[in-house]
Amino acid sequence: MRTRTCWNSVCTVDDLVPESGIAVWTVDGPVAVFYLPHRLPALFAISHADPFSGANVLARGITGDLGGEPIVASPLYKQHFNLKTGACLEDESVRVKTYSVLLDGNRILLETRETHQEAVAA
Amino acid sequence: MSKKTLIVIGNGMVGHHFLEQFVASSAAPDYDILAFGEEKQLAYDRVHLSEYFAGSTHADLAMGTEDWYTEQGIELHLNEPVTALNRDQRTLITPKGEYHYDELVLATGSFPFVPPIEGREHPHCFVYRTLDDLDAIRASAKEGKSGVVVGGGLLGLEAANALRSLGLQAHVVEFAPRLMPVQLDADGGALLRHKIEELGVQVHTEKATTAIVAGENARLRMNFSDDSHLETDLIVFSAGIRPQDALARASGLNVGERGGIVVNDQCTTSDPHIHAIGECALWDQRIFGLVAPGYTMARTLASVLNSHSDAAFTGADMSTKLKLLGVDVGSIGDAHGQTPGARNIRFNDEQTGHYRRMVVSEDGKTLLGAILVGDNSYYDTLLQYALNGIALPDNPEALILPESQGGAPALGPDALPETASICSCHNVTKGDICCAIDAGSSDLAGVKADTKASTGCGGCTALLKSVVDNELEKRGVAVSKDLCEHFPYSRQDLFHLVKVNGIRSFRTLISQHGKGHGCDICKPVVGSILATCWNEHILATDHVPLQDTNDTFMANMQKNGTYSIVPRIPGGEITPDKLIVLGEVAKEYDLYTKITGGQRVDLFGATLSELPVIWERLIAAGFETGHAYGKSLRTVKSCVGSTWCRYGVQDSVGMAILLENRYKGLRAPHKVKMAVSGCTRECAEAQSKDFGVIATENGWNLYVCGNGGMRPRHADLFATDLSDEALIRTIDRVVMFYVRTADRLQRTSVWMENLEGGLEYLKHVVLEDSLGICAELEEHMNGIVDTYQCEWKTAVEDPGKRKRFREFVNLPEQRDPVQQWTTERGQRRPVLESV
Ligand code: SRM
Ligand SMILES: Cc1cc2nc3c(=O)[nH]c(=O)nc-3n(C[C@H](O)[C@H](O)[C@H](O)COP(=O)(O)OP(=O)(O)OC[C@H]3O[C@@H](n4cnc5c(N)ncnc54)[C@H](O)[C@@H]3O)c2cc1C
Ligand code: SF4
Ligand code: FES
Repeated sequence: MRTRTCWNSVCTVDDLVPESGIAVWTVDGPVAVFYLPHRLPALFAISHADPFSGANVLARGITGDLGGEPIVASPLYKQHFNLKTGACLEDESVRVKTYSVLLDGNRILLETRETHQEAVAA
Repeated sequence: MSKKTLIVIGNGMVGHHFLEQFVASSAAPDYDILAFGEEKQLAYDRVHLSEYFAGSTHADLAMGTEDWYTEQGIELHLNEPVTALNRDQRTLITPKGEYHYDELVLATGSFPFVPPIEGREHPHCFVYRTLDDLDAIRASAKEGKSGVVVGGGLLGLEAANALRSLGLQAHVVEFAPRLMPVQLDADGGALLRHKIEELGVQVHTEKATTAIVAGENARLRMNFSDDSHLETDLIVFSAGIRPQDALARASGLNVGERGGIVVNDQCTTSDPHIHAIGECALWDQRIFGLVAPGYTMARTLASVLNSHSDAAFTGADMSTKLKLLGVDVGSIGDAHGQTPGARNIRFNDEQTGHYRRMVVSEDGKTLLGAILVGDNSYYDTLLQYALNGIALPDNPEALILPESQGGAPALGPDALPETASICSCHNVTKGDICCAIDAGSSDLAGVKADTKASTGCGGCTALLKSVVDNELEKRGVAVSKDLCEHFPYSRQDLFHLVKVNGIRSFRTLISQHGKGHGCDICKPVVGSILATCWNEHILATDHVPLQDTNDTFMANMQKNGTYSIVPRIPGGEITPDKLIVLGEVAKEYDLYTKITGGQRVDLFGATLSELPVIWERLIAAGFETGHAYGKSLRTVKSCVGSTWCRYGVQDSVGMAILLENRYKGLRAPHKVKMAVSGCTRECAEAQSKDFGVIATENGWNLYVCGNGGMRPRHADLFATDLSDEALIRTIDRVVMFYVRTADRLQRTSVWMENLEGGLEYLKHVVLEDSLGICAELEEHMNGIVDTYQCEWKTAVEDPGKRKRFREFVNLPEQRDPVQQWTTERGQRRPVLESV
């Protein structure tokens, strides 16, 4: 069976914080959206849940790059996650879910599971 | 085979050192070991005796612990003087009994010589040798106004400084025409005298005391042979030492004409079963009044008793380097140029008060001796030339000229031969250091632990570090100082770049001096540097992404993603009204409440969106942010102090509040903690803080670079009896110097341990302004104080900044489902199921 997906508007550009992340609530649960204006593409989205602690905190980590790859460091125990692939740099067996994210005018669109009630307030 | 018995008489520095060496040797299991000491206390560091007046206790000065003696199986008899030897039976006698020995070690040290002056038995006449002596002097000084030290030698001047620190007008009376006649020449002595008089100590030379009688305006009056006199409340005799050879003398051992137990190169006396080491021993007609030769004798004897018959004591170098009343004095080798044909090179700058003299051999090729007054930075190099017979350069005067006048740079560690002695206290040569590195020590701490170098008087710290660094570098172990892959600089370098080039954002810095986009290592470092330099709000748009989450949200993240709130409670003082507000807020938001180890209250479990609302309430009640999240000043712990406590001598709470309000908000390489105690009982545990302040009768003693936590470190005494203003000025300078020069996440303790030149260097920089930067440091600190803002107040008042505190930006009302709670001991706590 193939899961159908759809694009949801989750917030606007004004909600983003340059070089950092914010968290949004989606049908898939909490997602972290990062805005790195000095990269192309500039938007990344991964699960907000930190796999090592279970807490929803990844959007609050420090971003940057390691070996040229965009990363975020978990604010709790400091593991690094590749924003493109979700791979954990410290532990190969761990990977966080990544999401496709797009800028549409002023709106940020995120690709999640299809749903009828749009979880969009923005 | 039954065990033999080894007894050591005298539990002083050398006796203790001998035991340390002996128990580590292979002969130790063959012996029952006993140690007898006349003093009540376990062997302590007599060299640093004067620190007792500055607040150190016996425990601080102790060379070991009673537990150590027990663990080593040594039977320790303190407060039990040996009164006689019976060499035929091989026994010794004390007031408590008679003990048999097979081998006997005399380590009885020496006693102060008191010239036979009429009236010297007066109860306010003292000597300066033991902790008991110092206790007696302290008690006598309490009621007195002035004190005289008889003897202007090394110890006499130290005693004079001690009298000064006890609040007395201090005088030094010297028989010779100058101070420190043994180590200094006329010019050096005159300069030292001038410097010391500037410090308020009155020096009287060429005075012979004829009698001590009752005084008219003070307790005592000293009459001199030239018919003059001096009134004083107490007298300390420091007219030289005499070897303590009474037991040896009475039991018929060979002693020297002027005292001292005669020993051979194996430190054995005229009785093959009796040995003598330390200041009581006379070797080659010489007594060594310093600790390093005593230690060498101790090691020699330990080897000898291990049947290494080739071990031999071959004399010791008597060069000395010290700071007397804040004045550097150094004396090396043949300081007086007594070698036939010796020639002198002198440098004398009366303007700066620096005097240096080199004594060189007739052919001008080797350095025989030297005298330094005013600046000991030349000492290490000169000593190496003298000790190792290194050929002098063609222009030897360059070695004592200031650099601005063409002086030579110090002798590099590479130029030293393998046999060069680096640490004389523990007899460690450059070769020993190389061996330790080759055997696996990969840093300074490792070399110190393996060789013991620099763990005695500490005089060799700077030299040791340069040798170790040099050797590591030669082996290619040079540790990269790069901060991370984005910046090929250390934190200190970055600080300079930011400050000098006026850089105000991370982007500018990385585009000009780094590469890539940064990471969680360099961003917080740069954030902290920018904050220290420019003190802008940490949530200014450019700075937000630089901060750790704790700084971004100005609260500490907990394991379930909620935050804790720690309002500032300066000095731990809080009104009932404010306590009630804390209680009300905690109750309303169901926050787990705990008193912290830093004398304040922590409220746990606030969600991101609750933080600004809660802070609004707290700010309205007069609270400010406590920076529990920042690499910045945490708390200034205080004890209740003189306002309530019957022992307090100063208002410690008031001072703690003053300090906390001054330094709050300053961003540093790591967190900074302070404490203020109202008296030496030290209830605020100031000596475990980065900055510890302890009240004295005359002001405040400042301790620096202590640490609790993972690797506790006792803070070092930095300055004594400071006024309020001097205290703040001194802390300002040290804090700013730390902030500028420390590495990332380096607490002051580790910073100090890595600081080249250590405590002495820091004192030079801060107390004597040797780098000429103190005015700038103070100005920088004042700027930070002037631009202080409560970060939380600014944040709650700024809608743009408040926007950040949304759990989910698209659904403000959504609670985070993983934040689950349970109740324990009447309060809420998180349950977090791993996903
Ligand atoms: C709350 C408190 C424990 C308590 O319930 O009493 C506490 C809690 C934490 N301490 Fe602490 N320390 C607390 C007093 C201390 C003390 C005692 C003191 O200050 O008198 C020490 C030892 C003294 C010292 O620092 O020298 C202490 C040594 C540490 C260390 C080890 C530092 C070191 O250099 O060895 C860390 C780890 C670090 O900073 O890297 C640490 C780190 C932490 C962190 C920040 C760990 C973390 O990253 O989450 C904890 C955060 C608590 C929070 O969320 O608010 N805490 N911590 C204390 C807060 C005091 C305050 O009012 O600000
Ligand atoms: C104020 C001061 C500052 C100094 N500064 C320096 C310095 O900067 N550098 C330096 O190298 N040296 C310095 N010294 C000298 C240094 O302290 C001595 O060289 C060192 O202590 C000698 O050690 P020791 O074990 O031989 O003697 P001590 O340390 O004097 O120990 C001898 C012990 O034997 C005990 N004893 C004596 N007779 C008996 C007996 N019959 N039975 C039992 N016990 C007995 C004594 O009570 C004493 O405790 C200083 C000394 C003083 C007082
Ligand atoms: S000791 Fe450890 S667990 Fe306890 S508060 Fe400090 S950091 Fe947390
Ligand atoms: S010379 Fe004293 S510790 Fe090294």
